[in-house]
Amino acid sequence: MNTHSDMQAGQDTALPGPTTSKTRLVVNGTERVLEVDNRTTLLDALREHLRLTGTKKGCDHGQCGACTCFVNGQRVNSCLSLAVMHDGDEITTIEGLGTPEDMDPLQAAFVAHDGFQCGYCTPGQICSAKATLEELRAGIPSHVTKDLLANPPLSPEEIKERMSGNICRCGAYANILEAVLDVAEAR
Amino acid sequence: MKDSATPDAVARPLPHDAARLHVTGAARYVDDIPVPANCLHLAFGLSDTAHGRIAGMDLDAVRAAPGVVAVFTADDLPFANDVSPSIHDEPLLADGTVHYVGQPVFAVAATSHLAARKAVRLGKLEIEPLPALLTIDDALAANSRFEDAPRVWGKGDAAAAIAAAPHVTEGSIEIGGQEHFYLEGQAALALPQEGGDMVIHSSTQHPTEIQHKVAEALGVPMNAVRCEVRRMGGGFGGKESQGNALAVICAVAARATGRPCKMRYDRDDDMVVTGKRHDFRIAYRVGHDAEGRLLGIEFVQYARCGWAQDLSLPVADRAMLHADNAYSLDNVRIESHRLKTNTQSATAFRGFGGPQGMVGIERVLDHVAHAVGRDPLEVRRLNFYADMPALRAGGGLSAPPQPAAASPEDISEAKMEDGLDLASRGAAAEIPAEGHPEVAAGGIQTTPYGMAVEDCIVNALVDRLAESAGYAARRQAVADWNAANPLLKRGLALTPVKFGISFTLTHLNQAGALVHVYQDGSIHMNHGGTEMGQGLFQKVAQVAAARFGVDVSAVKITPTDTGKVPNTSATAASSGSDLNGMAVQAACDTIRGRMAEFVAGLHQADPATVVFSGGEVRVGGEVYAFAKAAALCYQNRISLSSTGFYATPKVSWDRIAGRGRPFFYFAYGAAVSEVVIDTLTGENRILRADLLHDCGASLNPALDIGQIEGGYVQGAGWLTTEELVWDERGRLRTHAPSTYKIPAVSDRPDIFNVALWDGENREATVYRSKAVGEPPLMLGISVLMALSDAVAACGGPDAPYPALDAPATPERVLASVKRVRG
Ligand code: FES
Ligand code: FES
Repeated sequence: MNTHSDMQAGQDTALPGPTTSKTRLVVNGTERVLEVDNRTTLLDALREHLRLTGTKKGCDHGQCGACTCFVNGQRVNSCLSLAVMHDGDEITTIEGLGTPEDMDPLQAAFVAHDGFQCGYCTPGQICSAKATLEELRAGIPSHVTKDLLANPPLSPEEIKERMSGNICRCGAYANILEAVLDVAEAR
Repeated sequence: MKDSATPDAVARPLPHDAARLHVTGAARYVDDIPVPANCLHLAFGLSDTAHGRIAGMDLDAVRAAPGVVAVFTADDLPFANDVSPSIHDEPLLADGTVHYVGQPVFAVAATSHLAARKAVRLGKLEIEPLPALLTIDDALAANSRFEDAPRVWGKGDAAAAIAAAPHVTEGSIEIGGQEHFYLEGQAALALPQEGGDMVIHSSTQHPTEIQHKVAEALGVPMNAVRCEVRRMGGGFGGKESQGNALAVICAVAARATGRPCKMRYDRDDDMVVTGKRHDFRIAYRVGHDAEGRLLGIEFVQYARCGWAQDLSLPVADRAMLHADNAYSLDNVRIESHRLKTNTQSATAFRGFGGPQGMVGIERVLDHVAHAVGRDPLEVRRLNFYADMPALRAGGGLSAPPQPAAASPEDISEAKMEDGLDLASRGAAAEIPAEGHPEVAAGGIQTTPYGMAVEDCIVNALVDRLAESAGYAARRQAVADWNAANPLLKRGLALTPVKFGISFTLTHLNQAGALVHVYQDGSIHMNHGGTEMGQGLFQKVAQVAAARFGVDVSAVKITPTDTGKVPNTSATAASSGSDLNGMAVQAACDTIRGRMAEFVAGLHQADPATVVFSGGEVRVGGEVYAFAKAAALCYQNRISLSSTGFYATPKVSWDRIAGRGRPFFYFAYGAAVSEVVIDTLTGENRILRADLLHDCGASLNPALDIGQIEGGYVQGAGWLTTEELVWDERGRLRTHAPSTYKIPAVSDRPDIFNVALWDGENREATVYRSKAVGEPPLMLGISVLMALSDAVAACGGPDAPYPALDAPATPERVLASVKRVRG
């Protein structure tokens, strides 16, 4: 695999092997075949090649969570993953969760609780929230889980910990938390 | 024609506009707009030197890099090489000299974003270093500053009052800057049109500024450029002037290549290139009595402005204008130094200097309370402005908004020919004071700049908050807890906010709107304000819906567009809904008046008796659906389209003398924060926050509460975790969220109570509401003061004052604990 670092960027390093690859992704249930530069992130593949711009780029560093989407049901920061690593994988983005006419319960809860201001972090927040609830339901403990043998509770503390990788610069955390708790309790 | 008693659409907690689009990823930001296949992508080559002469530039490898279509240096620009919002001191591309690490030196247009970014790294810049001024002390030593000398304002005789005072307390606080970290980075897209016209999509708070700078750079009149902004993914002031460079280089490249051009900064570039909140040092000397009453006070404010003037003068002015915060000061002197350094050009950031000025005086109150050994809240109360009775200005119950009689003024034609950027706050220094600033007559409490404080509610507001937050009991509980806990210490603080609302460059306090009613009764609304998450579009749509008595869903919110509403001011200074709401109201009322007159004529009724409410138009005994009334008007050739305009009345001041009424009114608020610190590591947390804030008669309580919470979080972040670090070569080392800590959901206090003060604006603002964008940020100052309280709890009765600087990172808290423990 070619690596991309500042030092090499742009220089014709002429490494052996092909510099692009054909990658097959199943995105929101539809098979898509891409021919991309090996160094293309999953995020750029989604945004720039598949024109699925719902997944946002906040930092491109794995530090803000705006690019969160699902790979085979697990949440990932898509800016930290290369598209070519996902040949054959199932990708779900915010567009795959629901549409303005037919929203996922979490999407509806974010509308009901006005869980955003500028909205730029929102797709990532919703994907992360969905994963958070699923991880909790599957009994996966977190850093703040007190009893590792019991099922972790659907508490604000657990949710805050698990959502702490998703920055909201507008500080809409209160409403985000309410939206997630609402759906957590409804289950 | 009558307003319905309770307007249908205002004062309702509706969600943001486009809510369903946001949650499904369908809301488009600049980088999401589909572009033609031949679109080029741009990147800047940046200076790696803080100050130096460009001796050579070898860009051959850049030109030869894959995908590169064009390369631009200062020599390739056909017209103005300037993106400054003030005094033309900010070249788009460095011209002979570089002034900071991160300054754009050349630009590349390539077939992809990645290709452009890779290509710029191949540029070889030969820069001969010159001495660089990086810090406040460097700049002071070299007398490197904007304006010829410090600004000095005052009231009474501070020096004499301090000399005569029984006690004198003095000190100094360092206040760090703040990175905006709008989650959507800077972005622009230029689409060339026929005949040399240019359409720009920009993530900007100031479309008119973009239009103006692009026109200058293309050598065309402003009517050849149209700027459109649907929304931003956050702005916070960082998109008032900092987007100019991207829009201008895109336009220049689009003109040169004939292809659409797009640019967005990579996050690290964004943080390295763009300006931030000004960092300040504020030194103070205070004379006071044994109770803590302030008798005389002197401030010296040092603002680190960076390399270009940008908006620094009005920022520093606003810091001076908030040096009093909510405290009545009879003898005060404020000196302000605007220092020029080889760092990013510091710029607007929510509060625009106000927060720094306010931290200065809150620090003084905290220090004085420590000196006299009293609870800081008691000392604060002792010094508040007096509350004023809740009379409406002018005495009338609903005086119609009347723009102040405009006195035609010849504003320096010579400078206008010079291309003065009239629509920018940066023009402050260039425009003479308007009219004769009014200074309140004797006997009325006034600010240090002579403005009467007629709307003060801070005493009642603080009383209510202290009560609801249980301040007194918790003060005792914290003391008891601290007595029992040697390692962890708690701290508690209540701080007030009084924030002046209006642009301090008076002529910017104007706004325009354009409203159409279609023959099916649907409404198209446009105004000069931009949406960055503050909920402006929804609030203004509520105003439009209320004027026509229809549901807000009947109002189509449309992107801000310089082709629809011209000569707009930046969406800034918290003024968005005040100004644009009034302009939209004026446009709606014009149309409504025509409709009322027509339908009244059908029934021989008085137009004043026509009622617009509940989606209906009622006249005499007749009821028309609003759509039916619109169709009738259309068929009878009644115009259903109107512009609207608003100019804020009453404001006028002289910024050089520091005298007059820069603000239409003040917005108030207060916060209680409780924190805990670990005295072994300095780590700390906010345990509980109680906020009470004044939005007048809120247009939309849900959106306003969101602004208050978000403002508090951002203010607390500024003063605690968000630390900007430059190294000795002037390189910003904290250029990503990995090294620059922004508050996360896990930092939110477990107990977080937010309430709105249930008053209404004394002045005739839109539905008597108050601006809410910036003021709540300063509620976060309570966190810094609570940390100071916790540190103070580590020392004995004679321990020194904690003198905690901001941001109060664990390192600073720990150092402060050590100081206090001796
Ligand atoms: S863009 Fe991927 S984490 Fe920020
Ligand atoms: S809503 Fe703006 S970043 Fe979260």
